[in-house]
Amino acid sequence: MKTDEFVAMLAAGAAPVPPHAAARRLALALCVGLALSLAILWAGYGTRHDLVQAMFWPMFWVKLLFPLAVAAAGFVMLQRLARPGVRLRRAWLGVLLPVLAVWLLALVAWMQAPAEARMALLMGRSWRTCVPSIALIALPVFVAAMAALRTLAPTQPALAGAAAGALAGGVGAAVYALHCHELAAPFIAVWYVAGIALPVLAGAAIGPRLLRW
Amino acid sequence: MRTSDAETVLRGLLLRGLAGDAAAYHAFLRQLAGHLRAFLGRRLFGWPDDVEDLVQECLLAMHNQRHTYQSDQPLTAWVHAIARYKLIDLLRAKAGREALHDPIDDELAVFAESTTEASDARRDLAGLLQTLPERQRLPIVHVKLEGLSVAETAQRTGMSESAVKVGIHRGLKALAARFRNTP
Repeated sequence: MKTDEFVAMLAAGAAPVPPHAAARRLALALCVGLALSLAILWAGYGTRHDLVQAMFWPMFWVKLLFPLAVAAAGFVMLQRLARPGVRLRRAWLGVLLPVLAVWLLALVAWMQAPAEARMALLMGRSWRTCVPSIALIALPVFVAAMAALRTLAPTQPALAGAAAGALAGGVGAAVYALHCHELAAPFIAVWYVAGIALPVLAGAAIGPRLLRW
Repeated sequence: MRTSDAETVLRGLLLRGLAGDAAAYHAFLRQLAGHLRAFLGRRLFGWPDDVEDLVQECLLAMHNQRHTYQSDQPLTAWVHAIARYKLIDLLRAKAGREALHDPIDDELAVFAESTTEASDARRDLAGLLQTLPERQRLPIVHVKLEGLSVAETAQRTGMSESAVKVGIHRGLKALAARFRNTP
């Protein structure tokens, strides 16, 4: 087909596009995913019974806000990576810095604890279930973000997949924090970070295949 | 059209098109096709047949992804990112296909042409011309290499027109003889 005819055909079927369509799709994906994640938490886990009391402990807020910071950075990265020609700039720092801060906190706690108490700080009582639980709760956000990305145009699919994973992992860890009883920084530094890293790696791995356009 | 002008014009057309102005959108795509053809043609000069297909491929991608353009962003960056993505896609597919077959005369083709040969020829000719006497060399340089007429050459060298003709004739004969003698 001649390019002129092709252009005429494209222009003939063009419906108007609402402004900020791309940003809205990602925000919608986040809302749907978050709602489903909370549903999984309430149906399968339940919030901790002393949730109100826990709100007075600083470590509870660290556990909640550190993944939320990662999720926020992931969301900003996603908004930039989903649109061609928009530069990522320093958005990835938003994922890295909260993790580094938690690692620093954990190192301090580790050094201050007596040697025989350290393993308890690291393993807690729920290290076995922590990572799979975060991954499970992250799954709806991950799927919704990937589905939204498939209707957009990421030119760096591996990185876009990783950003979707950071958003999902951050949301998953923050939601799981409402259930989790662990309060030791070393536990969070290892198992929460691992739970977030899992969807990030999964996104980077399947991004190039799933996000082609 | 300068780049900044094209940016302003095309961006204006696209924004009107996104708002629902079909004529503006049509004009946008038509002008965009011209820019893409030039951009991709320069990068695909080895495969001229693929340029128009890739232009259409890019136009289709930009049409389908037009909701990913946000008005606070330079249009050039958006267009370039999509064109580059599609170009790399094509080159990758080509590389995969080329790897499957191994044309037998490809190895010979590497040495079939050489750009140094042309410059070697120029250097050899200049060397041979230096061996000729001036009344033969100047007519050859002016008429055969620089493309002047016999009359102009005669005027410039102060020789008569017939002397110029004779000089060319004898000079070329002498050059031919020397070519035969050089191994």
